[in-house]
Amino acid sequence: MTNTEETDLLTIGGHTFTSRFILGSGKYSYDLIDAAVKHAKAQIITMALRRTTSDQENILNYIPKGVTILPNTSGSTTADEAIRTAHLARELSGSDFIKLEVVPDKKYLLPDNAETVKATEVLAKEGFIVMPYILPDLNTARELVNAGAATVMPLAAPIGTNKGLATKELIQILIDEIDVPVIVDAGIGRPSQAAEAMEMGADAIMANTSMATAKNIPLMAEAFKLGIEAGRKAYLAGPGRVIEHGAVASSPLTGVSK
Amino acid sequence: MVTVNGEEVAVAGTSIATLLTQRNAPVSNLAVELNGKIVPRSDFANVLLKENDKVEIISFVGGG
Repeated sequence: MTNTEETDLLTIGGHTFTSRFILGSGKYSYDLIDAAVKHAKAQIITMALRRTTSDQENILNYIPKGVTILPNTSGSTTADEAIRTAHLARELSGSDFIKLEVVPDKKYLLPDNAETVKATEVLAKEGFIVMPYILPDLNTARELVNAGAATVMPLAAPIGTNKGLATKELIQILIDEIDVPVIVDAGIGRPSQAAEAMEMGADAIMANTSMATAKNIPLMAEAFKLGIEAGRKAYLAGPGRVIEHGAVASSPLTGVSK
Repeated sequence: MVTVNGEEVAVAGTSIATLLTQRNAPVSNLAVELNGKIVPRSDFANVLLKENDKVEIISFVGGG
């Protein structure tokens, strides 16, 4: 199988991307967004919606041209609130992309899968490209696909924790069974963890805190890009098998000079 | 009084466009909701605010 950057495309709602890294823009200085996007080679960047304040900088002035804005519905605790936020997001961005987040829980910030399905049903009918953030659950993912979701975005660990692939087994089930792109979102703290998720067959990685809490944000963004690319290539290459007991020599066993 | 982003402001009788100018709001990065309904950008100059209206002015900010 030959797969070049040009032929190995990520397709979301009919839009194609060569990058498999979705970068968050929260919790770091807007001054660093441009460098982070460029080092990440990211083509999609997420944003939140909040009340306008008079002293606030306009984040749109810091976004490199040609980058797709993926608004999120963070702050929504019910399907209805998320639907309202999605409508405002479409008015702001002029595009149909929406990262659907319905999070009633304040301690672990875990999404409400049932409300997320409800909101997806409404928004997909309205023409949104719905990318729902979920607890990795096969039944929910199937309901979301039936409701018209463009992707599913299962969490690897609670958001902002940098804990890595705590839900690995459940994400693997989604990768194996769900036909829309599976984008691992939240909890990925290291490029090695991003690489592991991509090796498993995830279609893309979304990360924010792991960059925002690094000492050098653009450099960590580049490290993530390389990890994601390495994992993707390994997945396409088909990882070699594991020997549980014993060993298999990789050098010839005959002809050893004594 | 008109409630703008949760605060009472004496702007009844003025247009949404005037309100946005007064608040130095970033025109390229905002959406406006009046009493729960989105107001298209093209209507900002025409829509006058009334007593007890509720206005939400929303922008993109950094977020993951």
